[in-house]
Amino acid sequence: MFGFVVRRLLSSLLVILLASFAVFALFYLGPNNPAQPVCDSAGGSRCTPERLEAIEKSMGLDKPVVVAYGTFMKGIVAGREVTIGAATYDCDAPCLGIAYGSRGEVTEELKGRIVPTILIAVGGSIVYLVIGVTVGIMAAARRGSLGDRLLVSGSLIVSSIPYYLICLLAWLYLTLKTDIFPETGYFPITEDPLKTFSGLLLPCLVLGIASSPVYARYTRGQMVETLGDDYIRTARAKGLGGRTVLLKHGLRAAMVPIVTIFGLDFGILLAGTVFTEKIFGIDGIGRWGLDAISAPQDLPVLTATVLVGAIFIVISNLIVDLVYGALDPRVRLG
Amino acid sequence: MTTTANAPASSSTSGNEPYLVVDDLTVKFPTADGLVHAVSNLSYSVELGKTLGIVGESGSGKSVSSMAVLGLHDTRSARITGSIKVGGQEVVGLSEGKMREMRGNKAAMIFQDALAALHPFFRVGAQLAEAYLVHHPDASKKQARARAVEMLDRVGIPEPHSRVDDYPHQFSGGMRQRVMIAMGLINDPSLLIADEPTTALDVTVQAQILDLLQDLQREFNSAIVMITHDLGVIAEMADDVMVMYSGRAVEYGTVRTIMTKPEMPYTWGLLSSIPDVSSDVNTKMVPIPGTPPSLLTPPPGCAFEPRCTHRDKVAGGLCGTALPELRPASDGHGHLKRCHLTDADSIFQTEVLPDVAPATSEEN
Repeated sequence: MFGFVVRRLLSSLLVILLASFAVFALFYLGPNNPAQPVCDSAGGSRCTPERLEAIEKSMGLDKPVVVAYGTFMKGIVAGREVTIGAATYDCDAPCLGIAYGSRGEVTEELKGRIVPTILIAVGGSIVYLVIGVTVGIMAAARRGSLGDRLLVSGSLIVSSIPYYLICLLAWLYLTLKTDIFPETGYFPITEDPLKTFSGLLLPCLVLGIASSPVYARYTRGQMVETLGDDYIRTARAKGLGGRTVLLKHGLRAAMVPIVTIFGLDFGILLAGTVFTEKIFGIDGIGRWGLDAISAPQDLPVLTATVLVGAIFIVISNLIVDLVYGALDPRVRLG
Repeated sequence: MTTTANAPASSSTSGNEPYLVVDDLTVKFPTADGLVHAVSNLSYSVELGKTLGIVGESGSGKSVSSMAVLGLHDTRSARITGSIKVGGQEVVGLSEGKMREMRGNKAAMIFQDALAALHPFFRVGAQLAEAYLVHHPDASKKQARARAVEMLDRVGIPEPHSRVDDYPHQFSGGMRQRVMIAMGLINDPSLLIADEPTTALDVTVQAQILDLLQDLQREFNSAIVMITHDLGVIAEMADDVMVMYSGRAVEYGTVRTIMTKPEMPYTWGLLSSIPDVSSDVNTKMVPIPGTPPSLLTPPPGCAFEPRCTHRDKVAGGLCGTALPELRPASDGHGHLKRCHLTDADSIFQTEVLPDVAPATSEEN
């Protein structure tokens, strides 16, 4: 067990390094020159080729990508000085660089933006797990009934509507036109937790409700399969009640694949809920990354979001593997 | 055995009254392709301390009829008519709540593939204790666990105190079937239905399990319905035998009668299909040609007619047009057969027996 965790952690580390390097390299080798926006925004004097070259040199863009990546990684461990154009910034470890746009420390900005993303991911997940799994179980218990068929076709309709459209409509009608959710957005949790909650309620509900049909269908499928298994017949033959058979014996077995899928989905959500954050105007990881891709591109921010995303996904994968062993005694890890 | 239809219903069973009485049981399943006639007009009974063996191929209705005894069919999809009395209580049409009180308590069932039939994620002790607690709501968890250990010990599981905390996949096939039996017997049921309990096991383990079941039957004096397609199991275990084909009983009698003087060609076919290790290597194993008929559109005549090699011996092609009644066979006395052949006994002695067991027929 311990050996397994160590091996998985090492391979996870490799995945994270590779992901961050890939972004770094793509950015470096891409068609855009990171120094250009810095040169343009210098204000006053025009951006001359000489000036551009000087800025490139100051930013270390003239060096090979491997060297630049090495500098970046060293900064995470020990901190470093970052020069952009004429300005030099002192960046403490763990240093993810200085954002080209805001000229703030990426690490500090990350700390501020990670909280709303986590809150939305957790809130949304709770909503879609509760709704999706409950509805899925009910449909499986009454499979073939009118309610079951309505669920299956209804969930197909909901999941074929683009998510950003649902977000947009919810924001337009529930926040702008009516006062049902008047204050949507992120308010720092350290100041007024109640306001944080009410501000994120709509985004979480929208994210959760839009994702719940997928979970309902998946749960229903798993439950229907499980309820046809021999041990369910055994449970009934013992004289157990319908609810015990369904929720204890049935759900216990159907839960394993659901938890697996959930773990992976949750990791992806933590890496940034792009549409939700963008439309509801929440400064989270997703929106941050989206802005960093749009011109002018912001390499340090982009690298940071990819790094955080990779870490979340790798960790959730690891947790899924460990939880799987706990849930299914047949695959206990040796 | 079919005369109990008019017997007064009593809540307690006297010594001679059968514990399980099935009368004119019919089970149909509506499907997209039409109505499946899984079991038609089936009647049988089993006394306490006795074992009835039900033999037949897959799809002959032997499991379906037994599941009906415990009310395990989905009431929305199965159409059940007729009467099933367990310990005097009518089961057909019984409410789900009353049915639950009976399941696993008065009547229990053992399934064939114990690996599939035990929940893979719960410890066997928990599964046994659960079966006990559901019918003993006043018992504590500790008592239920002690009972689970006791039962594991009783069915011959070594070190039951530690094995009680193992998962089903940690047991061998035979041990798993023992766990299944322990679970079936944990509430001292008067009726035990064993649905091919040894099919998934090695032959040596099969014999051990059958021995165990016989021991337990002697101890608890329960009525056993043994469902199998293996006549060897029947010979070992059963007092009476019912042969089923295409949802109907086609022959019924004591195990001795069925093994030595069968009068239905399907039973002959079953006997001829048994590989006999002790016989001459030149003995032919004669498989029954063809496959059972569709249960969607049962043939008007005898269901076995298309596969029967003796149908020409019945005048006027009667086998293809008229369903034979289940009538007393030539040796009478409790031996019933569903066949138009009038001289079945002599055909068996002269034509069938030489193929099945050349040595015994020569002696005759």
